[in-house]
Amino acid sequence: MPKREDIKSVLIIGSGPIIIGQASEFDYSGSQAVKSLKEEGIRVILINSNPATIMTDPDMADAVYIEPLTVDFVAKVIEKEKPDALLPTLGGQTGLNLAVALHERGILEKYSVELIGASIDAIKKAEDRELFIEAMNRIGLKVPESGYAGSVEKAFEIARKLGFPVVIRPSFTLGGTGGNIATSEDEFKTLVELALRMSPVHKVLIEKSVAGWKEYELEVMRDKNDNVVIVCSIENVDPMGVHTGDSITVAPQQTLTDKEYQRMRDAAISIIREIGVDTGGSNIQFAVNPEDGEMYVIEMNPRVSRSSALASKATGFPIAKIAAKLAIGYTLDELPNDITRETPASFEPALDYVVVKIPRFAFEKFPEVDPTLTTQMKSVGEVMAIGRNFREALLKAISSLEINASGLKSIVQPLINKGYFGENIQDGVRDYIEKKLKTPNSERIFAIGDAFRFGFDVGKVHDLTGIDPFFLHQIREIVELENSIRGAGIGGLTPELVKKAKEWGFSDKLIADLTGTGEDFIRKLRKKFGIKPVFKVVDTCAAEFEAYTPYFYSTYEEEDEEPSLLVKTGVKSVIVLGSGPNRIGQGIEFDYACVHSIMAIKEEGLKGIMINSNPETVSTDYDTSDRLYFEPVVFEYVMNIIEKEDPAGVIVQFGGQSPLNMARRLARYGVKILGTEFDSIDRAEDRERFKDFLDKLGLKRPRSGIARTPIEALEVADFIGYPVLVRPSYVLGGRAMGIIHDRKELKFYLENETIGWPLLVDEFLLDAYEVDVDAVSDGDDVYIGGILEHVHEAGIHSGDSAMILPPYMLPDGVIDQIKDITVEIAKELAVKGIMNVQYAVREGEVYVIEVNPRASRTVPFISKATGVPLAKIATKVMLGRKLKEFGLKSKNHGFYAVKEAVFSFNKFPGVDPILGPEMRSTGEVMGVGRTPAEAFYKSQVAAGFELPARGGKVFISVKDSAKPRILDIAEMLVKAGLDIIATEGTAKYLKKHGIRVESVGKLSEGSEGIVGRMKKGEVVMVINIPAGKTAYLDSVKIRRAAFLYNIPGYTSINAARFAVRSIVEGIHPSVYSLKEVSG
Amino acid sequence: MRAIVAFEDGSYYIGKAFGSYTDARGEIVFNTSMSGYQEILTDPSYKGQVVLMTYPLIGNYGVNDEDLESRRPWVEGFIVKELARHYSNYRAKEGLSEFLNRNGIPGVEGVDTRAITRKIREKGSLRVYITTKDISPQKAVEIAREIPDIKGRDLVRQVTTDEPYLFREGMWNGRGYERPSRWKFRVVVYDFGVKKNILRIMNSLGIETYVVPAYTPYEDVLAMEPDGVFLSNGPGDPEPVSYAVENVKNLIGKLPIFGICLGHQILSLALGGKSFKMKFGHRGANHPVKNLDSGRVEITAQNHSFAIDIKSMEGLAEITHVNLNDGTLEGIRDRGKFFFTVQYHPEDSPGPHDSIYLFREFFDLLRDFDRNKSKHI
Repeated sequence: MPKREDIKSVLIIGSGPIIIGQASEFDYSGSQAVKSLKEEGIRVILINSNPATIMTDPDMADAVYIEPLTVDFVAKVIEKEKPDALLPTLGGQTGLNLAVALHERGILEKYSVELIGASIDAIKKAEDRELFIEAMNRIGLKVPESGYAGSVEKAFEIARKLGFPVVIRPSFTLGGTGGNIATSEDEFKTLVELALRMSPVHKVLIEKSVAGWKEYELEVMRDKNDNVVIVCSIENVDPMGVHTGDSITVAPQQTLTDKEYQRMRDAAISIIREIGVDTGGSNIQFAVNPEDGEMYVIEMNPRVSRSSALASKATGFPIAKIAAKLAIGYTLDELPNDITRETPASFEPALDYVVVKIPRFAFEKFPEVDPTLTTQMKSVGEVMAIGRNFREALLKAISSLEINASGLKSIVQPLINKGYFGENIQDGVRDYIEKKLKTPNSERIFAIGDAFRFGFDVGKVHDLTGIDPFFLHQIREIVELENSIRGAGIGGLTPELVKKAKEWGFSDKLIADLTGTGEDFIRKLRKKFGIKPVFKVVDTCAAEFEAYTPYFYSTYEEEDEEPSLLVKTGVKSVIVLGSGPNRIGQGIEFDYACVHSIMAIKEEGLKGIMINSNPETVSTDYDTSDRLYFEPVVFEYVMNIIEKEDPAGVIVQFGGQSPLNMARRLARYGVKILGTEFDSIDRAEDRERFKDFLDKLGLKRPRSGIARTPIEALEVADFIGYPVLVRPSYVLGGRAMGIIHDRKELKFYLENETIGWPLLVDEFLLDAYEVDVDAVSDGDDVYIGGILEHVHEAGIHSGDSAMILPPYMLPDGVIDQIKDITVEIAKELAVKGIMNVQYAVREGEVYVIEVNPRASRTVPFISKATGVPLAKIATKVMLGRKLKEFGLKSKNHGFYAVKEAVFSFNKFPGVDPILGPEMRSTGEVMGVGRTPAEAFYKSQVAAGFELPARGGKVFISVKDSAKPRILDIAEMLVKAGLDIIATEGTAKYLKKHGIRVESVGKLSEGSEGIVGRMKKGEVVMVINIPAGKTAYLDSVKIRRAAFLYNIPGYTSINAARFAVRSIVEGIHPSVYSLKEVSG
Repeated sequence: MRAIVAFEDGSYYIGKAFGSYTDARGEIVFNTSMSGYQEILTDPSYKGQVVLMTYPLIGNYGVNDEDLESRRPWVEGFIVKELARHYSNYRAKEGLSEFLNRNGIPGVEGVDTRAITRKIREKGSLRVYITTKDISPQKAVEIAREIPDIKGRDLVRQVTTDEPYLFREGMWNGRGYERPSRWKFRVVVYDFGVKKNILRIMNSLGIETYVVPAYTPYEDVLAMEPDGVFLSNGPGDPEPVSYAVENVKNLIGKLPIFGICLGHQILSLALGGKSFKMKFGHRGANHPVKNLDSGRVEITAQNHSFAIDIKSMEGLAEITHVNLNDGTLEGIRDRGKFFFTVQYHPEDSPGPHDSIYLFREFFDLLRDFDRNKSKHI
C-alpha cells in the first residue's frame, strides 16, 4: 500500500523551547520527519517557537513559522497555510496537547485538517489515565492499583486504601511534572496539593507504588496494515521509583529470559493495538517484580519520545523518519532499511553491543533543590555510550558526562580527606554510603562504587538500591580491577592488565589516576604495548547484512572494520567536535552550530566527521555527517579517532566550551585546529592575558581583581568599589556567583557561601545595558552577524536574558562604536571563524565583558533573524574561503526578533525563579514582529506567559534605586486601564507622584495578602525588583507564586517596560514565515 | 583455560574456554537473537553446528529448568563474546557454564564474535574446530578441514526419539507450564528433532501429540488413525532424510499435515521441490516474513541452513509466505491436499509470537477435515 495521494501538505508541530523532560530529542525527530516527508514531495509546514533547532532552518520545511506554540498561533498558521493534515506525534507532549486543543476548539474541523499518526481517541486513551486503565483491563493486562482524585480529601481516602508508599501522578503533565512518591501521610498532603496544581485538569492519580521493581521500556512501531515491530528494549538499571529520564538505562534488556521478554513484547503489541495508535511509534513502560516476574503496565506514550530518540541511536533504526512515512500511508515492508539497503524496515534490530545511557544533572545550578530522584524528571541532559560489554559502555558513558570523572570516582574519599567523618571514619563512611544508596540520587552510581570499595557485598547493595545483582556484580568487578591496577602500580602494568582494563572501558585517565601517573604516560605505554582501539559499525543487524551506515563506536577487540574516510574515499576529512550532553549553558544551540558546520564541510566537497555522545541531537543522526563517531567528547577518545582518520583538521569552535578547552592538548599533540589559532583562543580565555589584550587595544573593561583570602576579597572589592560581581574562578558548587552591593553583604557572602578560591571580583556596572555580538572573521574582513541588545539590565546571565535584534534602545553612535571594537578585537586576535563578544554599555561608554573565540548560544537566533547562516559561513572561512566571496548582508525585511529564555523552574519546587549572573534557563524561544512590541509580546507568549490585554491588577514592588524608573511604566499601566497594587514603599512613592495605587502587605498571607490575591487570579502581572541578596529573600514567595500561577513576572525594569509597552500599544499579532522575515 | 577456535579457511581465534573442556567439530553458524540462549542450545536443529551468538553478553539470566526445548543441549560448541560470571533471574537454577559442562559441551568466550560473524557473512558457513588441547593453531586448522561437510549427512537419526511417546505440557504462563486437559484431536508428530514448544502450543489448543521416531513408516502412522500429522523441525540437510521424504509422499492428501522448518523441506521434496544450501542460513528472532494472504508482516524466529528453491515449487504448491530480507521461500500450502508448511518457527522459543496463528489454522484444518470426513460417512 503506497503513500496516500490525497495528502499534499502536512503541518508538523515542534516541541518548543527546551525544558526538563522535553529537550533536543524532538529536534532530532522533527528534523527527520520534515526531511522524510519532503522526500515524498509533500509540502511541509512547520511551527516551532524554538529558533535553536535544525528543524526550523529555512531550507528544511517548505514554510517555517517560528511562532508561539499556542492554539491561537497554530490556528493562524493553519488558516494561512491550509494544510491537508496535521502530524502531532513528533513534537513531544506539547505537540500532542496542541493537537487535542485544536481539535476541541473545532479548528481542525473548520479547516478540514486531518490528524494523522494518532487519532484524538488514541491520544486520549493513552493520556487519560482512567481510559488507559480501562483499556488495559480490557486486554487482560495489569496496571498498579490506583484511584483518581480531584481533591486532597479524596486522595487521602485512596492512599489509605492502597497503603503507603503511593505514587502521585498529575493528569496531563509532561515528564512526570508534579509527580512524586509519598512514603507517609505527612508528606502526602503537600505533594498532592502540588500535583493538583500542576495538572491542567486538576486531577491526580494515586497509585500503588511498585518502587524497587525492575523497569523496562519497549519502543514499538505500527503501520496501517497492523504490522508491529519492537525497535528496542530498554532496561532501567535504576528500578521503579526513579523517572526513566533520570535513570541509568541499558539497551537491549539484559536480565529477562526470552520467555519473559516475549511476554512483554506480546503485551506491548496488544497495547498499541488497543490504544489504537494507527501509525508510528510508541513508548511503553513496564514494571516487573524481581521476585516472581509479575508484570505491570506503567504507561504508554503514543508518540515519539526521548526514549525513542535513544532507541534510534542505540539501534540505528530511525524511528521518527519511519513514523513520518507511515503516517502518510506507507507500510513498514515498503520502506527500506537505510543501513542495509537490501532489507526492509519491517524487522527488529539486532544489537551486537551494549548501550548505556546516563542522565546529566544540573543540581549545582539549583542548590535549593532536593537532589533526590523521584518520579518527576530532574535531569537536563543525557549521554549514551556503546561498548562490547556493560562495564565498557558504563565507563565510557561516565567519561562522556564531562563531569571530571575518569571512572567511578569516589564520592566519599574527598569527604574523608576533608575530615567530614571525624573520628570514627569506617562507621561514618558506611552510614553515609548507605544513605546515598538507599535514596535515589544523581551520585548513586558512584556511591555503589564506594560501597564495594568499603566492603559492602552485592547482596547488601542490592537490598539498599533494588538494582539488579547482574549490574551490581559488573560494578563490583570494575572496582576489583581498579584495585588490581592500583596494586600493580606503574611498574606492574603488564600488557595483559592494560588490555583487560581497556576492554572494560577504563579510560587512560582512570588508569593514570589509579597508578599515580599522567594520562599521556598511559597513552604512550598502551601504544607501546600495541593496545589500540578498533572501530565497529552500528548496523541494526549484528553484521548479518552488509551495512552502509557511517556510524561507529570504539572498543578494544581484534578487527577494525573500515579504513579511514581518507583511504576509503580519497577525500580529506574534517572533524567537528560536538557539545556532549545537554547541560545548562551548553545545549541545543551548540548542536545546531555543529550540524551546520558539518553541512558546510560537505558543501565544500570535503568529508565531515562528527564526534558526540549526546543521543538527543541531530548531530548524532547518522544521516548528518559522512561519518559519525558515537564517543565521549573527551581527549582520549577524540585523539583515537584523529589517529585513525588523519583528518585535514579539527573544528573546536562550535561545540561550546568543552571542545574549546581541548584545543590546547590537541594542539600539543600536533593536531591541526582549524580556524582561530590556539594562542588566540588562549589570549581570550586566560584572564590575565585577556586583560593585557584589552589594555593593549585601549578598551574599557570592568575593573577586576583576584582574591585568595576573605581579607583580600574585601580589599579588592573596596578598591574596585561596590557593587561587585564575585565568583570563584573554578565554579564548584554553582551557587557561589553573586552580585554584592556593599561590604556587609560581601562579609555575609564570604561567611555563608561554600566557595572555592581564588575568588574573582569584578566591578559590577550598575544600570548598564548588555550587548551580545556574534561575528565571523576570515583574518582580513569581519562580518558582524548581529548585535543583540539585552532587555534586562546587566547582571543577568546573557543566557537568561531576553534580547532583541536589531537593537532599538542603543544610540547609533554606540552601535557604531561596538561594531568598530568588534572588528578591532577580531583582527587583533586574528580570529578565523566565529566569535562572540559581550559588551556592557553605561552612559554611552562601551565596556568589554568577555570575548569567546567560539560560537555562542545566540548563533542560531541570529542566523534565523538575519537569514545568514553564521556557523556555515564560519566553517567555510576556516576551510580557507574569504568573506568577500559570500557578499554577506542581513536579509531581514524590517522585522524585530526577540529571544526569550525559558526555565524549568516548575520541575524544582522551592527554587527562587529570580534571574542572576548564574545561568539557569534550559531553553529559549523567539518572537518576531513588525514592531519591538509585537516581537516581545510573542516571545512572552511563546515562553508561556499571557500578557494581559486589558483590565486586572499589576503588582509592583521595586527597590528604592529603581523607583524613579518605574514611574513612566506605572503611568502607562494606568493609561492602559490597569490597576496598580504595590508594597508599602513603592505605593508611597507612586502616590507621591500622583499615581493611583492600592497598598498591600508584602508578606501578609491569606486571601488579602499578595500571594493569596495572585492565587485568586486577581493579579495579571508582577513587576518585582528586589534589592540586595539579604533583602530579596522576602519576595521569593511572590516570584514563586507568579511562576506557579503563570502570571508574567518581571524582575528588571527594562523587561517590565517592554511588556507594558506591548500591552499599551495593543497587540494584534500576525504569523510570519521565516521566508517573510529573513528569506 | 585457553581455547582455539580454528576455521577451515586458515583463520583462528584464541579465546577462553568455559563449559566442558572438550573438543568440538562442526559447522559455524551465528544467531542474532539477543535472548533465548537456553532454548537455542536445546534446539535439536543445531546438531552438527557450533553456534556463535552475535549478542555479546550471554548467560545473564542463567539457566532454569523450564526453558528447555528438548531433553538436552545439542549444539557441538558455543561461542560468545562474554559469558556472564554472575547471572540474575528469579527462575535461574544454575550458570550457563555449569549447564554446558554438565552436558559435555565446550564453550569459548573472549573472541571477536563480530569479526567472525562478518567472516561467515562473506565466506559462508565454515567448518570449525574448537579445542583446549595444547596444539598449534595451524594444526587445529588442519583438523577443521577434515570435518565432514554437513551437506549430505543425515543428522536426524542422531536426534530423533528412539521410542514413540505421548507429550503432555501446555503453555508457559509466567509461573510454569500449564497442564492441558481437554483434547479435541490427536496428531502424530514426526520427530526430526522436534522443539517442545511446538508440542506445547498444540497441546494448549487441545491437540494431543504422539511423537514418533523420524523413520516410522507411513503405514504405521496411518494405522494409528490420527487426526493429522505434524512434520517437525530438525537439523541439517533434508535430502539425505530420504526415508522421511518417501513416507511423507505417502501421507500427502490422506491426512491434514502441518510442517515446520525441516518438516517443510521434507514435504517440499516429497512434492518434487529442490533444496539447496544457503550461504550462511537464517538464525535469529527478527526476520520479516510476509504472509501473502493477509499482506501482513510477521517477525519470525528462524533457524535453517538449507532452503527450498522457491522457483522449484512453481506448480507444486501455493506459496503463502516469503522472506522479505532475501525473497526466499517461507511457506507453502495446498488446500486440496490438506497441508501447509512453513520454513520459519511459529513456535518461537526463542523469538516472537507473531505467527502462533498457524497452530490455530492447523486446528481449523483438523476440524474441517474431521467434519468433511464425517459428512462422507
